[in-house]
Amino acid sequence: MTEFNLFSKAPNGELHTKWKEYKESLKKLAPEDANKYKVIVVGTGLAGASASATLAEHGFNVHAFSFHESPRRAHSIAAQGGINAAKNYKSDGDSVMRLFYDTIKGGDFRSREDNVYRLAEISKNIIDQCVAQGVPFAREYGGLLDNRSFGGVQVSRTFYARGQTGQQLLLGAYSALSRQMEKKKVVFYPRHDMLDVVLVEEKAKGIVTRNLINGKIETHSADIIILATGGYSNVYYLSTNAMASNVTANWRAHRKGALFANPSFTQIHPTCIPVKNDFQSKLTLMSESLRNDGRVWVPKKKNDQRKPTEIPEEERDYYLERIYPAFGNLVPRDVASRRAKEVCDEGRGIGPTGFAVYLDFQKAIDEKGEDFIREKYGNLFDMYQNITNENPYETPMKIYPAVHYTMGGLWVDYNLMTTVKGLFSIGESNFSDHGANRLGASALMQGLADGYFVVPHTAMDFLAKEAPLMKDITDRPEFKEAKDKTESEINRLMSVDGKMAVDEVHRELGKIVWDKIGMARNETGLNEALAEIPKIKEKFWNDISIPGSDKDVNQELEKALRVKDFIELAELMAFDALDRNESCGAHFREEYQTEENEAERNDQDFKYVAAWDYSENDNPKLFREELKYNNVKLKTRSYK
Amino acid sequence: MNVNLKIWRQGSDSDKGILKTYRLENIDPNISFLEMLDILNIKLVKEKKDPVTFDHDCREGICGSCGFMINGRPHGPQKATTVCQLHMRAFNNEDDILLEPFRAESFPVIKDLSVDRKSFDRIISSGGYVSTNTGEAPEANSISIEKEYADEAFLSSACIGCGACVAACKNSSAMLFTSAKVSHLSLLPQGQKEGKDRVAKMVATMDEEGFGSCTNTGACSAECPKEIGQINIARLNQEYILSSLSGFLKKKNE
Repeated sequence: MTEFNLFSKAPNGELHTKWKEYKESLKKLAPEDANKYKVIVVGTGLAGASASATLAEHGFNVHAFSFHESPRRAHSIAAQGGINAAKNYKSDGDSVMRLFYDTIKGGDFRSREDNVYRLAEISKNIIDQCVAQGVPFAREYGGLLDNRSFGGVQVSRTFYARGQTGQQLLLGAYSALSRQMEKKKVVFYPRHDMLDVVLVEEKAKGIVTRNLINGKIETHSADIIILATGGYSNVYYLSTNAMASNVTANWRAHRKGALFANPSFTQIHPTCIPVKNDFQSKLTLMSESLRNDGRVWVPKKKNDQRKPTEIPEEERDYYLERIYPAFGNLVPRDVASRRAKEVCDEGRGIGPTGFAVYLDFQKAIDEKGEDFIREKYGNLFDMYQNITNENPYETPMKIYPAVHYTMGGLWVDYNLMTTVKGLFSIGESNFSDHGANRLGASALMQGLADGYFVVPHTAMDFLAKEAPLMKDITDRPEFKEAKDKTESEINRLMSVDGKMAVDEVHRELGKIVWDKIGMARNETGLNEALAEIPKIKEKFWNDISIPGSDKDVNQELEKALRVKDFIELAELMAFDALDRNESCGAHFREEYQTEENEAERNDQDFKYVAAWDYSENDNPKLFREELKYNNVKLKTRSYK
Repeated sequence: MNVNLKIWRQGSDSDKGILKTYRLENIDPNISFLEMLDILNIKLVKEKKDPVTFDHDCREGICGSCGFMINGRPHGPQKATTVCQLHMRAFNNEDDILLEPFRAESFPVIKDLSVDRKSFDRIISSGGYVSTNTGEAPEANSISIEKEYADEAFLSSACIGCGACVAACKNSSAMLFTSAKVSHLSLLPQGQKEGKDRVAKMVATMDEEGFGSCTNTGACSAECPKEIGQINIARLNQEYILSSLSGFLKKKNE
């Protein structure tokens, strides 16, 4: 019998009215009372900027921190496709219930019903809010908002602004934040890295930061702390994430007692430009929409060095069309990614590295004409050509899967509070809404739902039950202790004096994580990862070199502090993937598959959130939250 | 390919900078410009020398972090391209490549090629928003906006705030940046109500921050990686005149 020892604290009641009733029951503070409290928000991307602005509007004094020079640089800005909302503007039968169901099913039944329903409900308010701010969404000729369909759902519910939806939404949240900065309700700390959470009497009451300009280690106190610090895809070294995206703030919170949930749930996007060589610094996504007209194939023969155009039709294997006659090239992300890996592992991959497959538009060009393809995908083809120097109108694109989102993150309850009192986590940094696989256009939705519409209410309720500090308490011993610890860690890093650049160690770590905790995992590989990661850790602490001073701009030190935490996280990911003896969503354990090589879920034993407690000298300890499905039926996904 | 880099090295804004020469050999022409700098930096780290500081993050041309002068041009030689999207094949074997930070009084040097662009944030803070609180918004489709205006607003709003316009301008004017935001909001009904006040405040902040005046040379648009057009400046001027006029009339009536 599985023991469950973690509870979501979701209120009882009817799914459809639960959030509304709960929100009304939460304690409120009038602006003059809210003004007595100080809130620290770490990270000012979509989730952090929207939360900071909204809390400031309610009267709280917000201190917002970012390692970027400006909130507008956050990685939310790079999201292309769109944002889902159950507006049903197309009258195609969409509803909150349908968005809720699609999200639960897409997550392969590993997310919380209550949270996901709330997200679907709030999705509509988000669009209203963004339009009021002046976000220039795409419109129809009649002047109303346009929608498009997106990955694997049967309705049109995705709002978009060309291929730059994330940019426009972030600039909207940034403008709301800027307005509060002008009113002095938000103080913004640019170029500050958060390096620790400070607990006072078991509650989060402050943070330790490093000023990236002068290296100064600072402490800041507040009544609550909200982490909006994004995902950790860069544990793989190569990902579609921005270069500086990292797990450090979350990891430091984890070390202070915040449980880390489902760390091994990481999403691999099937259509990215493949790795060219060892100097590659990051990967670029090519929109999923290309699979509407592109056909995926590899040569039937192993190690076939011929040019793609020289390989005759009968010697090509259109493997997705072969294995999935019904869905063909349009199978979901996790399935398409896994099959690409499979054919490359067989030695049939193409290109200089052998880790790529073709995405071929020839048939579509022959049938529909080049102009049609140009009109539909012109900007993507240009982008591809700019990066690869190959013309996809003449030769097939080369693509390969890459990591681009992490479903795992800090465990939070229904109020988005972590297991540390007064420490909240929002946006990609928490684990909450996407289960084992996120649907396209749902990340922007969740970041803004948490920031604009959930955490301002739940945090206010928490604060209303707390006496305000009303003063700076950084003179307390807890702050000095945390600051000393941070300083001594930095001193230790600066004194390693080896011969490797931090990037080189990071690249080695990334290879292990990608090979063993990537698209497909098995017990042997995971145990190998657990044996190899400590060696990377040893290498890191003995062989890296950080020139210059820690009292100055030092980008190598910034990287070292992040990689140190990625190494520890990688170990936890392996533990998590080992514990979950089933396959679900993006977590594919090779031992648990059907005869047709599909993911085999085990609802009997693994219908839970795995949340891990940090231990300095021992293995992490597992806590389980049972997932209850009262409104949906558990099903097996099939795409044949 | 081999390249000879001349890179501006400067400890901080108060330090005197100096150009230093570095040679890199056997560079794959298909790597990006910033990957070439990564290679240089790994080499410097291994030699226990200070690596070159430069800003960058998304490496997809959208976050606006990167940007410095390459052979005298912001973001280098390729049209409508940020540094991070520039590849080494845009250069020739044995080329001399000069790298300097964006030069403008309002962008103090932080270190090497990294500059402080907080002045841009302060321009936005002074009025680059619609004054609406969370939760007060009406149903989204209750506002209908002609597609033409929505598309134009999008084009203005596509500015990534990198600062290339300022660096390209002989007067270090921030007119293109400021006008892009003014245009974006003045083209939409949501933004029009505060329009007069907004343009006055944003222009005043731009002046306070020490940016120069606009003399309509068009260098800014020519070098803008997102091709933000000169029409934005015309729109700002129009808004500004209307704003000044209404301020004048108001005073007269008092």
